[in-house]
Amino acid sequence: MKPPRAGVGRSALGSWAIIGIVVAIAAIAFVYTAGWLSPQRTTPAKLVSALAPPGGPALGRRRNHVKGVCFTGTFEATGAGTAISRAPMFVRGQYPVVGRFNVATADPNAPDGTVRVRGMGLQISAPGQQIWRSAMISAPFFPVATPSAFYALLLASSSKAPDAMKMFIAAHPEFANFGAWAKTAPWTRSYAEEPYNSLDSFVFTSGSGATSIVRWSLLPTAPAVSVPPEVLAKQDPYFLDQEIAQRVKAGPLRWTMVVTVAAAGDPTADPSKAWPQGRRTVDVGTLVVQDVQPDRDGPCRDINYDPTVLPAGISTSDDPFPAARSSAYRVSYDRRTAEAKYYPRTAPEAR
Amino acid sequence: MADPKKFSPLQRVLHWLMAICILTMFFVGVGMVSTVTPKYLRLIELHKTVGILLLILVVIRIAARWRYGAPALPANLPVPIKLAAGLSHYVLYGLMIVMPLLGWAMLSAANYPVVVFGGLRLPPIAPQGELLHTVLWDAHHYLAFVFFAVVLAHLSAALMHALIRRDGVFEAMSPLPGPSMRQPGG
Ligand code: HEM
Ligand code: HEM
Repeated sequence: MKPPRAGVGRSALGSWAIIGIVVAIAAIAFVYTAGWLSPQRTTPAKLVSALAPPGGPALGRRRNHVKGVCFTGTFEATGAGTAISRAPMFVRGQYPVVGRFNVATADPNAPDGTVRVRGMGLQISAPGQQIWRSAMISAPFFPVATPSAFYALLLASSSKAPDAMKMFIAAHPEFANFGAWAKTAPWTRSYAEEPYNSLDSFVFTSGSGATSIVRWSLLPTAPAVSVPPEVLAKQDPYFLDQEIAQRVKAGPLRWTMVVTVAAAGDPTADPSKAWPQGRRTVDVGTLVVQDVQPDRDGPCRDINYDPTVLPAGISTSDDPFPAARSSAYRVSYDRRTAEAKYYPRTAPEAR
Repeated sequence: MADPKKFSPLQRVLHWLMAICILTMFFVGVGMVSTVTPKYLRLIELHKTVGILLLILVVIRIAARWRYGAPALPANLPVPIKLAAGLSHYVLYGLMIVMPLLGWAMLSAANYPVVVFGGLRLPPIAPQGELLHTVLWDAHHYLAFVFFAVVLAHLSAALMHALIRRDGVFEAMSPLPGPSMRQPGG
């Protein structure tokens, strides 16, 4: 370009250089922030991809806890929860619920009876866009202490190196507790007989501004009947879905929601550690499941049970998992919605 | 405002405030989607809040542009450059409106509550839907990179006016109240 006036030509080259440098710095900073220069960064995309079973992910479906059924019902609040949280769904009354029973596997072909851990996604709604979502599991603690350990576990368990798991276990002693639970805890033949635990801790804030760190559990009112795993492994691959659909026809199914308040010094940031017995608990209400619907076109399909979708009065704590889960669940949701055509709402044929 | 060669003070304040916010949006946007650390939750909250703030600011800004207009470009600026300047400004205004709406609509289509400013819950602006979510997500994602590229081009052009042409175009939007600009060619 021709300089508009004499005399600037001398410095024009320098000026162009300045412009080039400014733009280059901006672009490099952007690319750096996006992580393109740090291939070792654990991104949610990598975490979600690492969940995929050997045959690849189930397109159009959740990237973990892929098998399950939707349910609807109500949350009947006792009112006791208002003492510790101003969440509107703790005010005595009934609140609509959309949830999902599921088995903790990313493999769509794993038979229900072979999956050790079962889960529940739960959404409780109150007026004014006040929505509380959580995704809980039947195990009493998580296998690992940190999200990066979870990523390491996924890599180790899919690794071809013969000693990958051995090395993982040596580096993550907490994993042994989970192994012991998995071997000794009873198996049941129904979603209705399982407890579902938040494991992660959250902060409750009361109307007066007092805060407590809590975890919660849904305890079944149906008695648990222990069934040997060999018997369950021989059941229909979808027997849990069939069983719960059948059972709910006979009448609503109930769980009591119990909130446990941490004492000073309890491991609030580590879901692999249970809190000691004897902590203060509050019975905040009852989950009543009234109806069960198929996963592919039920009302839970469109819900991402992101545990950081919280109403006023509940917030995240120093537990690092909810943030990691939120970022991974978002990627899972983005992927499965983009692939919706691979998971049609009407089954192509009987499954 | 009395100076016809400058944008009104309101427009200049809005320009620089929004420039900072928009740059923040780019960096927070790509940073938050690539992390699994607890920073993620703070960043996405910031992203939504600043994004909605920008939506409010751009409405005021367009009203101000309509009310106060813009100083004429220097007469000696080549016609293709004038055209490029005019076009890029339309693109920038368009993206400033569209990007926040896409973000908000994308979250609505995904059935997420949109919580901003530390607790304000916005209503959904789009129906829930998988296909709609994907279309909005793609638009928000790709337009973000287009937006960044256009901002870099805009930045280069502004610096060219300031450092090379020295024709008063940069001073017209200068963040400093300062004295009236130098005469071009003077
Ligand atoms: C960093 C650790 C974790 C990662 C990366 C992870 C990943 C995932 C992903 C990608 C999904 C599918 C989400 C969707 O598409 O809707 C999922 C679902 C689920 N996760 Fe996790 N998860 C983690 C930790 C946990 C923990 C600690 C719990 C339990 C306390 C849990 C319980 C569940 C349950 C119950 C579901 C199924 C929700 C539903 O009903 O759809 N996850 N997880
Ligand atoms: C000027 C306005 C905005 C700009 C420049 C902007 C820019 C960005 C960028 C650069 C990304 C990362 C894209 C990627 O790498 O995939 C992003 C993602 C995102 N933005 Fe925005 N954004 C804007 C407004 C908003 C608003 C107002 C909201 C919501 C209220 C929003 C919600 C989101 C969400 C949820 C994501 C993550 C999407 C996903 O991957 O699931 N954005 N945005």
